[in-house]
Amino acid sequence: MARTLMSGNEAVARGAWEAGVAIGVGYPGTPSTEVLENLVKYDGVRCEWAPNEKVAAEVAGGVSLGGARAIVTMKHVGLNVAADALYSQSYTGVTGGLVYLVADDPGMHSSQNEQDTRNHAVGSRVPVLEPSDSQEALTFVKRAFELSERFDVPVIVRMTTRVSHGKSLVEQGERHDVAVRPYQRDVRKNVMLPGNARLRQRQVNARETELVAYGAAAEENRVEYRDTSLGVITSGIAYQYVREGLPDASTLKLGLTVPLPDDLILEFASKVDRVVVIEELDPYLSLRVKALGIPLVEHGLPRSGELSPRLVAEAFGSGALPVRDEVQGLPPRPPLLCPGCPHRGLFYSLGKIRAVVTGDIGCYTLASLAPLSGMDSCVCMGASIGMAHGVDLAGSVERPIVAVIGDSTFAHSGITGLLHMAYAGSTGTVIILDNRTTAMTGHQGNPVNGVFIDGSAAPELDLEALSRAVGAVSVRIVDPHELDATLAVLREETAAQHLSVIIAKAPCALLIKEAKDPYAIDEELCTKCGACIRLGCPAISRDDTGRAVIDTATCVGCGQCVQVCRFDAVVRVGPSCDFGGGR
Amino acid sequence: MSITTVVLAGVGGQGTILAGDVLAKVAVAEGHDVKLSEVHGMAQRGGSVETFVRFGAQVFSPVVDQGVADHLIAFEMTEATRTLRYLRPGGTLVVNRRVMASLPVLIGDVPAPDGLEAALSSEGAIFLDAEALACEAGSPRSANIVLMGAASYGLPFDTTTWERVIGERVPPKTVEANLRAFHLGRDACAEGACVL
Repeated sequence: MARTLMSGNEAVARGAWEAGVAIGVGYPGTPSTEVLENLVKYDGVRCEWAPNEKVAAEVAGGVSLGGARAIVTMKHVGLNVAADALYSQSYTGVTGGLVYLVADDPGMHSSQNEQDTRNHAVGSRVPVLEPSDSQEALTFVKRAFELSERFDVPVIVRMTTRVSHGKSLVEQGERHDVAVRPYQRDVRKNVMLPGNARLRQRQVNARETELVAYGAAAEENRVEYRDTSLGVITSGIAYQYVREGLPDASTLKLGLTVPLPDDLILEFASKVDRVVVIEELDPYLSLRVKALGIPLVEHGLPRSGELSPRLVAEAFGSGALPVRDEVQGLPPRPPLLCPGCPHRGLFYSLGKIRAVVTGDIGCYTLASLAPLSGMDSCVCMGASIGMAHGVDLAGSVERPIVAVIGDSTFAHSGITGLLHMAYAGSTGTVIILDNRTTAMTGHQGNPVNGVFIDGSAAPELDLEALSRAVGAVSVRIVDPHELDATLAVLREETAAQHLSVIIAKAPCALLIKEAKDPYAIDEELCTKCGACIRLGCPAISRDDTGRAVIDTATCVGCGQCVQVCRFDAVVRVGPSCDFGGGR
Repeated sequence: MSITTVVLAGVGGQGTILAGDVLAKVAVAEGHDVKLSEVHGMAQRGGSVETFVRFGAQVFSPVVDQGVADHLIAFEMTEATRTLRYLRPGGTLVVNRRVMASLPVLIGDVPAPDGLEAALSSEGAIFLDAEALACEAGSPRSANIVLMGAASYGLPFDTTTWERVIGERVPPKTVEANLRAFHLGRDACAEGACVL
C-alpha cells in the first residue's frame, strides 16, 4: 500500500480515528495543536476545544465513563493543569479507552519551560508510549487505546516537537468502529471516596506489575543487536539520532517507557560490553537503569535542550565530522508582533503610564521585547491576574500595576484570578486583550469569540457581563488602535479606587482579510524624532539620514503611527503607489 | 545509499513551510524515504525559520547539524548567512537577493549587517531575485515556488513531478502562476550555475 507523508500530529489524528475514537477534546498548545485540527476533519468523530486542559481531561474522562473512546490533547505544561484529573483517573480507570496526547517541547521552541511529561506519568502511575516517527505515532495511538481498555487505565502518548512537527511516511489503515459500552453505575470504581480509592489503589498496584510483564514482550520495546561493544538504551526521537550518529551500535528502543521492563533491560545489558542511555530532557531512563545496578557509560551530553545526530556521534569519539563555523555579528531575528497588531497600541499606551505589567501567555508576550518592553512577568496561563494582586500586596510599587491577559487565556485560567481579586477587595486593574481568537497557536475558536472547532457559530461569551458578575466595579471597552482614548481610560481606571476590567477589543491583524491602504512618510515633514519607530512596527524603519520610512508592502494601514506623529508626516497612500514625497 | 539533505531558511511568513512540503512530496513521489522537520508556533511571527528536508533509501534523523546539508536554499540574505553553517563544503547555495531587516535593526538597537552579498558570493552562492520573478510570473506571493524552481536545478527529480506536486499543493486559482514561477526560478538558477 502506498505510504503517505504525514506529520506526527496528523498521524496521531489518523491513528485515533482508525482506533474508532468517538470524541477528541483539548486545548491548543504548540506543538500539540494540529492533532485536533486534523482529527476534526474525519467523519464519525466529534471534536471540541475546551477552555483549558483540565476541563478537556474531565470531558474525555466522562466520555470514557459513558463507554466510548476519547483522546485528550495538550502540550506538556497543559498536563499540569489537567494533572488533577489524571492522577485520580488513574485510580478509577476507564470504561471506554482514554488516551492523553501530550507534546513536550525540548529546546523550548514555543514554551516557557522544558518539563518532561514522563514525570507526571510516574507520579500518576499511568503508562507512557513514546513514538519516534509518524508511523509509530499512528500505531502507538491505536495500541494506546487497546492498552487503556485491557489494563483499565488512561494511557499517555508522549510526543516531542520533532515527532509532532516532523513529517515522515505512514501506512494508513481502515477505521474500526468500536461499539459504545453500555453504561453501568459502578460506585466502587468511579466514586473516589477514601474507602473506594483504597480499594482501587490495590488495582493500580496489581496493574503496574501486569504492565511490566506486558512490556517485557511488547513489540513497542525493540532490541536490535548490531556491534555489541556498545549498547544504547533510548526512546522517542533520540532513537533516530542514535541510529544516524552511531549506526553500528546495538540498541534497546523503548516504546513503552512507563513502566519500564526491568528484565528486558537487564538482558540487553548482559549482552553488550558497555551500556549507555541516550534520552532527551530528564534523566528518567538513566536513573532507572542505574537503579537496576547497571553501570552506565557517562556521555557528557547536555542535560537540557535537543539532541542531534552529531551530538550523539561526538559523545562517543567519532572525530573528523565536517565543521563550519557560525558567522558572528548577525542581528538576531526574534519573533515580533505583526504589522497592524492591536496589542501594539495597548502596550504603547501602557508605556505612557509607566505601569508595572504582569503578563500572560500569548502573542502579546512578544510585547516584552524592545522597543515596547512592556511586560514585567510571564509565568503560566492566567498568572497575570493573581500576580498583579500579589505585587500590590507586597506594597513596594508606587506606579500603576496592571494585569494583561488574552481572551482565550482569560477563559482558560483568568476568571478565577479575577474572582479572587474581587473577593479580596482589590482595587486593581485587569486588561483583557480581546483579539477575537486564540492567535498564537494559529487562530482557534474559543468561548469568547464564538467560533467552534469546525468553524461553526458558538455562543459568544459576554466578557463585560462576566466581569461584572465576578465582581469588577468598572468595566470599560476600548479600541487599542485608538491611542489617546486608550490612554485616557488607562489613566482613569488605574487611579480609581475600585476593581476595574478594561477590555481592549480589536480583531487580530491576521483575521482582517482586506488590508486598508498603507501609509507613507512625507519626507519634508518628518523631523527624524523617532516617535513612530518606538511603536516597534516591522513596517517602519529609518533611512540612511535617520528619516522614517514605511514599507508600503508591509504596512496594513492600522493608523497607530499616524497618531504618534506630532508633525503630520504620516500620510495615507494608494495600495501600490510609488510614493515619492510631497502631499 | 546516501542521504540528500536540503535546508530551507527564511523569515516567518515567507512561505518556507509550503515550499518544504512541496519538495518533500516530490521526493516521495520519486520513491524516496523522506523526513521533513520544521518548527511551528511562536517562531512564525516574523522570526527566523528553518525547514529540513532529507531523502534517500532510509532516513533516520529529521534534523541535521552543521556541515551536513547538500543544498541550502535561503529566502533572505541575513538568514542565508545565519544558516550557512549547515552547508557542507562543496554544497549548493541558492540565495534570494533580498534583505529583510529584523526588529532590532529597524529600531536601531543593532546595526544592519553589511557585505552579506559579497560574503555569500565568496561561498559560491547562486543569486536570484525571487520576488521580481514571482511578479513576472503573475503572483507576488509565489516567490517561495520561484526558489523551489531554483532548487530543482540541482536536485535529481523530474520537472513533471515538480509540476504535478505544485499543481496539487497550491490554491487552484494560482496553479498557472506558480508553475510559471517554478520555471522562472529554474531557468534563473541554470543561468547562475553557468556563470559559475
